[in-house]
Amino acid sequence: MPIDLKMEEILSIFFQESAEGLDAMESGLLALEATADREAINGIFRAAHSIKGGAATFGIAELSGFTHNVETLLDRMRDGSMPTTSEAIQLLLQAADVMRELIDLAQSKKPIVSVNADALTRKLSELLGDTASYGEPQGTSAIAPSPVAGSRALPAIDEAGVAGWRIEFRPHPSLFLTCNDPLRLFRELAAFGELIVQATADALPAFGAMDPTQCYLAWTLTLRAGVRRAQLAEVFDWVDANSTILYEPIRSAPCDIETPTAMLSAPAVPHPQMPLAAAPPARASVDAGSIRVATEKVDALINLVGELVITQSMLSRFSDHCDTSNLESLRRGLAQLSRNTRELQESVLKIRMLPVSFSFNRFPRLVHELSRKLGKKVELRLSGENTEIDKIVLEKIGDPLVHLVRNSLDHGLETPETRAAAGKSETGVLELNAFHEGGSVIIEVKDDGAGLQTARILAKAHERGLVDPQATLTDEQIHNLIFVAGFSTAEAVSDVSGRGVGMDVVGRNINDLGGHVQISSQAGRGSTVRIRLPLTLAILEGQILRVGKEIYVISLVSIVETVQPRGKQIHSINGGSEVYKHRDSYLPVIRLHELFAIETDIREISDGLLVVVESDGKRVAILVDELLAQQQVVIKSLDTNFKQVPGLAGATIHGDGTVALILDVPGLIGLFLSKKPPQMAA
Amino acid sequence: MACTILAVDDCASMRQMVSFTLKHAGYGVIEAIDGLEALAYARGNSADLVLTDVNMPRMDGITLVRELRQIESYKFVPMLVLTTEAGRDKKMAGKQAGATGWLLKPFDPEKLLATIAKVL
Amino acid sequence: MRRYVSFMVGREEYGADITRVQEIRVWDSVTRVPHTPKYLLGVLNLRGAIVPVLDLRMRFGVDRAAYEATTVVVVLRVPNERGERTVGVVVDAVNEVHDIALEQIQSAPPLAGGAVDQAFIKGIATLKDRMIILLHIDLLVNAATG
Repeated sequence: MPIDLKMEEILSIFFQESAEGLDAMESGLLALEATADREAINGIFRAAHSIKGGAATFGIAELSGFTHNVETLLDRMRDGSMPTTSEAIQLLLQAADVMRELIDLAQSKKPIVSVNADALTRKLSELLGDTASYGEPQGTSAIAPSPVAGSRALPAIDEAGVAGWRIEFRPHPSLFLTCNDPLRLFRELAAFGELIVQATADALPAFGAMDPTQCYLAWTLTLRAGVRRAQLAEVFDWVDANSTILYEPIRSAPCDIETPTAMLSAPAVPHPQMPLAAAPPARASVDAGSIRVATEKVDALINLVGELVITQSMLSRFSDHCDTSNLESLRRGLAQLSRNTRELQESVLKIRMLPVSFSFNRFPRLVHELSRKLGKKVELRLSGENTEIDKIVLEKIGDPLVHLVRNSLDHGLETPETRAAAGKSETGVLELNAFHEGGSVIIEVKDDGAGLQTARILAKAHERGLVDPQATLTDEQIHNLIFVAGFSTAEAVSDVSGRGVGMDVVGRNINDLGGHVQISSQAGRGSTVRIRLPLTLAILEGQILRVGKEIYVISLVSIVETVQPRGKQIHSINGGSEVYKHRDSYLPVIRLHELFAIETDIREISDGLLVVVESDGKRVAILVDELLAQQQVVIKSLDTNFKQVPGLAGATIHGDGTVALILDVPGLIGLFLSKKPPQMAA
Repeated sequence: MACTILAVDDCASMRQMVSFTLKHAGYGVIEAIDGLEALAYARGNSADLVLTDVNMPRMDGITLVRELRQIESYKFVPMLVLTTEAGRDKKMAGKQAGATGWLLKPFDPEKLLATIAKVL
Repeated sequence: MRRYVSFMVGREEYGADITRVQEIRVWDSVTRVPHTPKYLLGVLNLRGAIVPVLDLRMRFGVDRAAYEATTVVVVLRVPNERGERTVGVVVDAVNEVHDIALEQIQSAPPLAGGAVDQAFIKGIATLKDRMIILLHIDLLVNAATG
């Protein structure tokens, strides 16, 4: 692979890693607010350290420079020389944001200039109390010789006129165990100039007592080269900790041999500090035992499995219609194929499932900042973070969840004073729960705040013409009006909840995903928003039906009931609209064949079947000719080669190879209503 | 006869950089994501050189070097530590554990190769 | 010099850039899609892909579009702003492949009462004894399928 392509690849891995590292840093910092723990700080330090190292290696100087200060602060916090204050944590959280910003700029190849970075660097320097900002670490090389610290100092000597050096090199016996070969060192010295090597064997023990892994020799090296001592020290850098080295300059005036200034390299005094900790498990790596796979690959795999399901289904149908009674093995084989395919499909779909925590993990930070801003005390409780859900659903549920949380914090939870006055604890509780139920995923957003204001909602609904003034509604029904399109009670334009992004948008987004949302609330006690989402978007549990000669599919989840209508239950109102009396309510009837201009023999509603569906709180009855099988269908988009058609959610390949269209219930209802004046089903 | 280098670093991007640089120069490379993995490999397999990062979770580089030195076949295998910290005490710690030497991060691929060539 | 596939729609012969032609299929049943123009017959299953089918005869205003043995569906792959799309077009018959040089193409005179928008016509190619109307097939297909 050409170098630049490989570098691009490695760079993109770095960006991804850094993003994950920043996430870890952030959650670590938030946890730090609660318990200042050395292990935790270590973990955060390591994350910053890795990013700095990578940034430097890949030449992103602005990032490595900025992160250096972050690292320094964390270092001081972990060794205790700086306190872990709330202020410091806030600063570090902001720093993490800046690091994200810098990474984004680097990734999109834009010039890495950030006002925030400059501002924050100043603040960090102030806190650290030194002026060394953008720069490489100075390291802890002490200059002043101090025996306690165990650091070695090379006292300054005058190097003027130096023509050579005499070096006394006496390694400790253990030198060989570090795989450092004196001969290699001599070779390096010889590169500077003429080198004379003389070995001293005075430490050699008797042959029998010799351990071949020990170094008993010492050497006197005479080097004729006008090099600086620093250069020599560099050659011996790796071994100076376990050897004794004396440097003696040789001046050009031959008789001028100075008494060697005793520059003893202190033998390895074990530095009292630095107990190298066994690896602290700071970050529970979700990644242990996993690999990264590009989403395109997974999508391709899912497509292929989809094809397989269709093929298998075609074969099944073939075997249904043929006389295969004497081909028992064929039948068994096909049954087996059917099972295998289903299992394969399930496991492939699981690949695209991700834990809800990916979405939940933004909330600690969000709640932390928002509660501060609003002056409210909030305790966030998360549960079921490991509940898995389809990647796409997860991505799309993010924003609605943020909105619901913001709403709870802004309008639901009260200020500490109000809560205290009401006899509640000052700290409000916000719960985010996720769990599987039936074939769906349920996500709950629960707060113990003030609850919804029923009267106000009803008034607003009347105002917007969303409700028939005569109708009597239960409290529950009134509460769920907030999700109906066209509703929004956010009067104050708080930048927290934002105007125009109302609960009705949340409702629509969730419906688009094939889900439902409902709220239940008690005045003074709180509210619970319950979201039901499909486990996956690629497959649908469908009811196949026929209208005329055409086949359609409806999602089973949206079907409430199917009924055989009797003439008495059908009524006509307002000249033209038909309704069906279903239990205690009147449901509008949608004649699908009319809506879609399909030819059919059915004239009277009582000749067909009514499929009662529900969406967005509305219930309607769809008139169809006949119900066929119930089965899992693979959803294919009409969008790829064609376009979105109102009333249709997509298409699927039926068992016989033909295309069947999938009905979009909300869209269908919308289409139907747009042709008639609004009739709300109570 | 290609030499095999055991490269240990918890950051995938660094690992890949090192691996790519070394492979390009003709060395065989075994990658390990942390000290434990490296140790597990070393217990049954040989390597001609070990190159490890210091700051890693589960087991840091210095501890790894110390553990590796306990393995008979790794007693005389050169071990280099990649570190950003030039401090005296870190060097001391490395030496005590048995490290052959160190390389400063951010590393220059040329320098890395030159140093390895010297030592192998 | 470009290669074109020519086909009959009604009594006229048209040509489309061969690089757009993916395959030629026999006419088969199509699933109707509601609320679409008449010339959009519906969608069909092409090895798992949902492909819209448009009837060029209806689009070009030819009366009596028939579905006979020679009726074929030309499956085209054309680029669009999102990447590319696969669309089938129904024609009366497919003729042959021609190599047509730029010099052989003249700009089309305004087709009086023609149902084909001028914008979709690249030009008229005159070959020996025939006249082939060359189409901007990308534009035509994208416009028709929305």
